[in-house]
Amino acid sequence: MSNLFDLLVAGLATGAIYALVAVGFTLLWQTSQTINFAQGEFVMLPAFLMLAAMHVGAPFWLAIILGILLSMLLLGLAFKMLLVDPMMRHGVLPLAIATMALAIGIKEAVKQFFSAEASPFPSIVPTGDISILGHAVSLQSIGVLVLAILAVFGLTALLNRTSLGHQMQAAAQNPTVARIIGVPVERMILLTFLINAFLVALASLLITPIYLAKFSSGEVLGQAAFIAAIVGGFNQVRGAIAGGLLIGVLDNLAAAYVSTQYRAAVPMIFLIVVILFRPQGLLGRAEERTV
Amino acid sequence: MSGFAKPLKIALGLIVIAGLIVIPMNFNRYGLFILSQWAVMTIAAMGLNLTLGYAGQVSLAQGAFVGIGAYASAIMTTHGWPLPAAIVVAIVLAFAVGWVLGYPALRVQHHYLAFVTLAFSTLAFLVFRNESWLTGGIYGISNIPRPHVFGIATNKPLPFYYVCLGSLAIVSVAVWWLIRSPWGRAFMALRENPLRAQSLGIDTRRYTLMAFAIGSALGGVAGALYAPLTQYIDPVPFNLSLSLDLLMMVIVGGAGFYFGPFLGAMIAVLLPEWLRFTEGYYLMLYAIAVMGLLIWSPTGILGILDRYMAARRTKAASALRAVAKSRLETAQ
Repeated sequence: MSNLFDLLVAGLATGAIYALVAVGFTLLWQTSQTINFAQGEFVMLPAFLMLAAMHVGAPFWLAIILGILLSMLLLGLAFKMLLVDPMMRHGVLPLAIATMALAIGIKEAVKQFFSAEASPFPSIVPTGDISILGHAVSLQSIGVLVLAILAVFGLTALLNRTSLGHQMQAAAQNPTVARIIGVPVERMILLTFLINAFLVALASLLITPIYLAKFSSGEVLGQAAFIAAIVGGFNQVRGAIAGGLLIGVLDNLAAAYVSTQYRAAVPMIFLIVVILFRPQGLLGRAEERTV
Repeated sequence: MSGFAKPLKIALGLIVIAGLIVIPMNFNRYGLFILSQWAVMTIAAMGLNLTLGYAGQVSLAQGAFVGIGAYASAIMTTHGWPLPAAIVVAIVLAFAVGWVLGYPALRVQHHYLAFVTLAFSTLAFLVFRNESWLTGGIYGISNIPRPHVFGIATNKPLPFYYVCLGSLAIVSVAVWWLIRSPWGRAFMALRENPLRAQSLGIDTRRYTLMAFAIGSALGGVAGALYAPLTQYIDPVPFNLSLSLDLLMMVIVGGAGFYFGPFLGAMIAVLLPEWLRFTEGYYLMLYAIAVMGLLIWSPTGILGILDRYMAARRTKAASALRAVAKSRLETAQ
């Protein structure tokens, strides 16, 4: 059973990171009907921005701050203004295709300007093992889990307990009425893009020490977050969180108990079953839209 | 394209076809390979255009059908079967699997459908990679023979390019006929308003499945030609990115336009090659070009032409109206 325990902890840790990315994904869908196929690359890029900052001599803490700010500027503001805004009114599909092209562009740019090789990345949580209930558990897993949960709690509190959060929900649920009652809808949409950029930068900071910084690492991550978002409920933040944790655990268990060859198939089959029998997702609501 | 006079259109078509036959005659091996690839990808994109552009069903699995066709053709021809038999099997297989994949489309639409087909695409890739007793696994299948057509061996690049071009011509005529048949109209009705289509007595269930199955079958044809073209296949080319590339071709060319896939495949296959002189930057520039094009015209290249034609027609019509009006006034 100790094996199962370890698998669960590791699964929850990666799942928590998937949840961060999936939450951002659903936020963008909610407020602007953007299906961001570059979300995985959005997670890959901030780690390289931080590495670049360290390369020019910044200490690690400064590099983290610079990396987060730069990714909010590039993946939040610039992404919205240059790509999403001009295309939003033309429907879901052309914009989705444009984000696919963006994914290629980001990947190639990193490969060209940084490196095609995997680079190591420092961990912000201490490495090593501690003993819980007689099990040796990696500190990194625990640290990642705690930080991701804190971020998600912070976001939920922002959305549900503050006036700003209520305005964002209003802008997502019914932009027309929200505008009438004086919610600055455009600013709220921009805010969700900035929050997404912050979340992916955080996810990047947490996951890169585990999987190394590599230009192609976004593909797997993007797909996992994608599946997490749909399985949990495309229109619910808490659904995306549950989906992320579930996919993380499922993925780890499948690797151990199914077969390494068909490990990737398990979340996919799960996804197909969920869409066919509960298209609104496990926690999603059928018709109305909420953040 | 309706703005051109008919003889002009036919002349233009003949010039393009003659160009495609004559110009590549002194191309080198690589140039012919790229052009053959263009023809093959155009066939696959035409299939997706039928599913997506005409019937309005989003599919992210066209690459998987190219894979199914390629493996069917590779396995059969390396076991001594002739290519035409392999193509028939590829069509039947892709048609059947496509039909089954159509069932989710009866339950869910739009982005949900896209996600189901995306998952299918990944599952198909895993089967190609892991069932090595059938597909050779990661080592793939090599020494795929090229066919003899009318007694001529097509081992050299030029004859095989003509095989690809000829297949493209046959598929083009078939699709042209299909979209002008009642079926094509039913597909478009499905895209425009499924509810109204149903109330008009169109069996939307059957046509949705058909749209998937026929589109997928064309993917199978493309795959069956791809295998002898490269003469070696492994699972990597048939992963999710091929499905995404094909979707990009259809949208960039112009979804729902007959000539969209031709142009889209040209952009996706040839543009990166033309940009090769920029070395490491070529895929980056390609991505920027695609984004720029979509920002400029979300309906693709043919969308630009379409709008230009519409604007010209409106101009001509209002000029006629002005003339008519002044005549009316002088008559009074």
